[in-house]
Amino acid sequence: MRIARVYAIAKKEIIQIRRDPLSMAMAFLLPLILLFIFGFAITMDIKNLKTVVCDLDKSEVSRRFASDLSASGYFIIVDPSVDYQQIERIIDSGAAKIAIAIPRGFSENIRLGKPAQIQALIDGSDANTATIAAGYLSAASDMFSAKLSPRRSAPAVDPRVRVWYNEDLKSRNFIIPGLIAVIMSVIAALLTSLTIAREWERGTMEQLITTPLKTSELIIGKLIPYFLIGFIDMLVAVSVTVFVFGVELKGSLVLLLVVSAVFLFGVLSLGILVSIMTKSQLPASQIALVMTFLPAFLLSGFMISIINMPYVLQLITRIVPARYFVTIIKGIFLKGSGLSLVWFDLTLLALFGAVVFAAANMKLKKKIA
Amino acid sequence: MGGAEFEIETRSLAKHFGDVRALDGLDLSIGRGELFGLVGPDGAGKTTALRILSGIMDPTSGEAYVAGISVNRDPEAVKDKIGYMSQRFGLYEDLTTLENLLFYADLYEVTRKERPAIIERLLGFSNLTPFKDRLAGALSGGMKQKLGLACALIHTPEILLLDEPTNGVDPVSRRDFWKILYDLLKEGVTILITTAYLDEAERCGRVGLLNEGKLIVVDTPKNIKNSLGAPMVEIATHAVRAVEKLVRPLGGVLKVTAYGDRIHVALESMDRLGGVIAVIKDNGLPVEGSREIAPSLEDMFISLVERK
Ligand SMILES: Nc1ncnc2c1ncn2[C@@H]1O[C@H](COP(=O)(O)OP(=O)(O)OP(=O)(O)O)[C@@H](O)[C@H]1O
Ligand SMILES: [Mg+2]
Repeated sequence: MRIARVYAIAKKEIIQIRRDPLSMAMAFLLPLILLFIFGFAITMDIKNLKTVVCDLDKSEVSRRFASDLSASGYFIIVDPSVDYQQIERIIDSGAAKIAIAIPRGFSENIRLGKPAQIQALIDGSDANTATIAAGYLSAASDMFSAKLSPRRSAPAVDPRVRVWYNEDLKSRNFIIPGLIAVIMSVIAALLTSLTIAREWERGTMEQLITTPLKTSELIIGKLIPYFLIGFIDMLVAVSVTVFVFGVELKGSLVLLLVVSAVFLFGVLSLGILVSIMTKSQLPASQIALVMTFLPAFLLSGFMISIINMPYVLQLITRIVPARYFVTIIKGIFLKGSGLSLVWFDLTLLALFGAVVFAAANMKLKKKIA
Repeated sequence: MGGAEFEIETRSLAKHFGDVRALDGLDLSIGRGELFGLVGPDGAGKTTALRILSGIMDPTSGEAYVAGISVNRDPEAVKDKIGYMSQRFGLYEDLTTLENLLFYADLYEVTRKERPAIIERLLGFSNLTPFKDRLAGALSGGMKQKLGLACALIHTPEILLLDEPTNGVDPVSRRDFWKILYDLLKEGVTILITTAYLDEAERCGRVGLLNEGKLIVVDTPKNIKNSLGAPMVEIATHAVRAVEKLVRPLGGVLKVTAYGDRIHVALESMDRLGGVIAVIKDNGLPVEGSREIAPSLEDMFISLVERK
């Protein structure tokens, strides 16, 4: 292994990336755009959520609660008096996103100073909207309580929210750190999936493999620039998460970056491996996309809680690197997890990286056909 | 052990792609300091032979030795000894001339000390000095090929393997290119070059005629030409269909085969070419160029039969 040759490959690659606007955009702009689009889609205000109300209390207070909801602008009450039995069917049909049931005794409980429960059934198939709706509903309830009895400490109205289809909703704080993991998986693998395939497609590989260059030198030299890019992306994404989305970073930034580096090494190597196997850019990028995006999105616990998955799927998540990264990044961001808590997942991430890197080195041959 | 007396040697070298026998028992012996032309029509197996010799393709069977090293057993050891130029431009179009040279200097570990002199010399004899900061993709076809040659020479290899290096290059650049090759020959470099054109074959010291993966004959260019029988000429034209139709019934034309942007014409003799070109032009059809090419064995056979 000659450092000079590794360096030559890395330098050449950097020059090429810098001269190609598309590569530059994919390296630096795309992750940011994705973070903003998904991030804001989750945190954006949603207006006029179609709502039906089943008012079993039929009191002046219950009517006022309903009209306050619609006055907030977030809820649009499409039907103020549906049958309790119909609620599930209405949500199923998509006619409304939220059904609110105000039970009998609602006004009575409020008058007696007891917690007055309401039930809400939210269509959780669109998790973002559902999260936000649940948040609005609890905020509206709090406001209504405060208006009724400003001095009480416990809120009078206690919304019991049940989210359908997706029982285990995450708050936005919970989603955005995981979102970084998903986006970085996709971007990293996508970037490197093109590199070796591009050399084959452009005919430059044939010339390269007639030199004394070693395959490991080529792979490491190609990994370096994309590792730097991934690391810069990571720093930017963390900054945006903290400063734009206002998610507090409870744990150590250094630990977060160390974990990111280990993760990047794995997914970048995966991209290279795909590139080596396909030798062609289009299939390489498509395979890299499917291999990273779908598992990262569906099986990492980013959106859908792993505990709630069928057992077989839970097992499958074990081989999804994003799963470990999502777990760790959420832990560091939200719980301030330290090395003592994340070391196991970190070790598995490192193991994944080592295996994929070794596979890439084994698969790359200085041969045509 | 491999032939120490030869710089390049192959023994019953074969390469099969499924049913296609790209190489079918090639025996080749090229001495040190020779300029050897591997000549053959499209698909004869020229590229396959060069790829195997440069260690980037495994043969199906047979053996190949380069600089006394077995390519089968130790392909990596061969790579320091050879400079290879692929048929398709193999350098980075988004790097400049100089960046490409420096990149290959790095890969071959040309020392910092010798580097400036070598690069200056390579840029000088390829006349690329004024274009050293131009992107390779923006160079003319001829300049690209000279850059390719310069990169292949960056580590001063003792053997050059050049795959149709002057294909698609204008006649002036082609002459420059050959001048460089002759200079290298004086320095003792062994050169194996492939081509489909007989005028280029004539510039070589020895020529091997390749057909369907087999060597038909190895001899001096002159002897080979005399043995070929009916000459085969490539006429480049946009109006392939019309020209083909026009040429076929002409006197002295034995056979016409049309390709995408050119036709191949077997003639009774080269004297007929002028007349054929004149007829095409008189009919207002374009002729972009004409060159004598290596006939396939089949073409040689057919034209010999038809001439009788
Ligand atoms: N990688 C490959 N896979 C399958 N078939 C191949 C491959 N490379 C070459 N061939 C086939 O082997 C035969 C010889 O090809 P080769 O490229 O060596 O010919 P050539 O003499 O270089 O032709 P050309 O003048 O077109 O460059 C052809 O029929 C070609 O289609
Ligand atoms: Mg060829």
